[in-house]
Amino acid sequence: MLTRRIIPCLDVKNGRVVKGVTFANHLDAGDPVALAELYDREGADELVFYDITASSDERAIMADVVERTAAQVFIPLTVGGGIRTVDDMYRMLRAGADKVSINTAAFCNPQLISDGAKRFGSQCIVLSIDARRVNEESAPPRWEVFTHTGGAGRATAKDAVQWAREGAERGAGEIVINSIDADGTRAGYDLELLQAVSAVVGVPVIASGGAGTLEHMLEAVTVGRADAALAASIFHFGTYSIAEAKRYFAEHGVPVRGV
Amino acid sequence: MIAVIDYGAGNLRSAVRALQHVGAALTVSDDPKVIAAADGVVLPGVGATRDTMQELERRGLTSVIPEVIERRTPFLGICVGMQVLAETSEEWGAHACLGVVPGSVRRLPEAGGKVPQIGWNQVHFATEHPLFASIPDGADFYFVHSFYVDTAAPEIVAGRTAYGVEFPSVLAFGSAVATQFHPEKSGRWGLQLLRNFVGLVEAHPKP
Repeated sequence: MLTRRIIPCLDVKNGRVVKGVTFANHLDAGDPVALAELYDREGADELVFYDITASSDERAIMADVVERTAAQVFIPLTVGGGIRTVDDMYRMLRAGADKVSINTAAFCNPQLISDGAKRFGSQCIVLSIDARRVNEESAPPRWEVFTHTGGAGRATAKDAVQWAREGAERGAGEIVINSIDADGTRAGYDLELLQAVSAVVGVPVIASGGAGTLEHMLEAVTVGRADAALAASIFHFGTYSIAEAKRYFAEHGVPVRGV
Repeated sequence: MIAVIDYGAGNLRSAVRALQHVGAALTVSDDPKVIAAADGVVLPGVGATRDTMQELERRGLTSVIPEVIERRTPFLGICVGMQVLAETSEEWGAHACLGVVPGSVRRLPEAGGKVPQIGWNQVHFATEHPLFASIPDGADFYFVHSFYVDTAAPEIVAGRTAYGVEFPSVLAFGSAVATQFHPEKSGRWGLQLLRNFVGLVEAHPKP
């Protein structure tokens, strides 16, 4: 049986992890390789590196981080941030990434999804979608795609669920759904959004944005029907360990990988 | 010396790094002479069979792979490196593959779950094989694939995994082995499997 995945996400800037500040002794919390090793030991099912600024200089730094991590950590590694072309994808895959995550570039040029899928296989191409809930009284919920969320963010007027469906049809092998409303609140994932996307796409859906407790992560894969739960601060700040999260899943009947 | 075949696509670095991590002496090459002379050969892969076949053809590697397997040089195919061993594939339009093992590369049934299958799933051993030394039956390995090898030769199936269909996740024939999962990304058990393969290469009589 395919297990549900727990995926820590590391935000990387200039080759250093940002946010991870509270780890105790001996661990350089800013070192992506050291953090990746720690998460690997704890049983993380894969890792995501997100290059939060991604100028062209920084992409070279990122490739180096990926290379050094891939030499030490033997679980799947996804790289996102600043990937705009098939060549960018190739560079990260060649450095040791297993998947690349694309967001704004894919929205602006949907052909990038199909080109990447055709070249490397759909399973390498992760479409990441930032979605914000559109408030309309007494109407069914809907969500709008936002791009350029590394900066101020731009509304697109595009329906997020529809974009997820199109992305999968174009060849994305996984869809990351990040709720802008929930991100950083630690109040739980947007479960309705996850349900809505899971109902229309045939590829794995990864929940992102909002995890504050293990129960939130569990809800993402049970109520939200996501295949994996991605989280950043809940792990970086040491609130919970990956091992605790996996134990919690197992206790609630959700299959997880044994380590 | 193990030759890891470089055909310009896929997870080459990951496979190389994992093999080096378990102590393999290796060279990365797209030179048929180097590959033919190696003590062991690894064909890594991430991607589509059509592109992989085109890249192998472009580099003149479609003969040397069947040759080394025929000569019983220890061989490991990973993911698409397993799939191209089949006769044909239906990925991005029907096309011929290397034809080393009888069967076709088929898409996973949608009824079984989401396609691609992405994540950790259990491998159940169908045979005893030194590739599985020190690995528990039913251990989790990392899969990323939309297609699988539907082989007409059940005797070469060494491991099976269930995902809608029960498909061959490990093939073993002669001195060749192939895995649908990615041992280089399967943590502890994946590294053990690679260690076991390196052991097979080292134990194999040199010509």
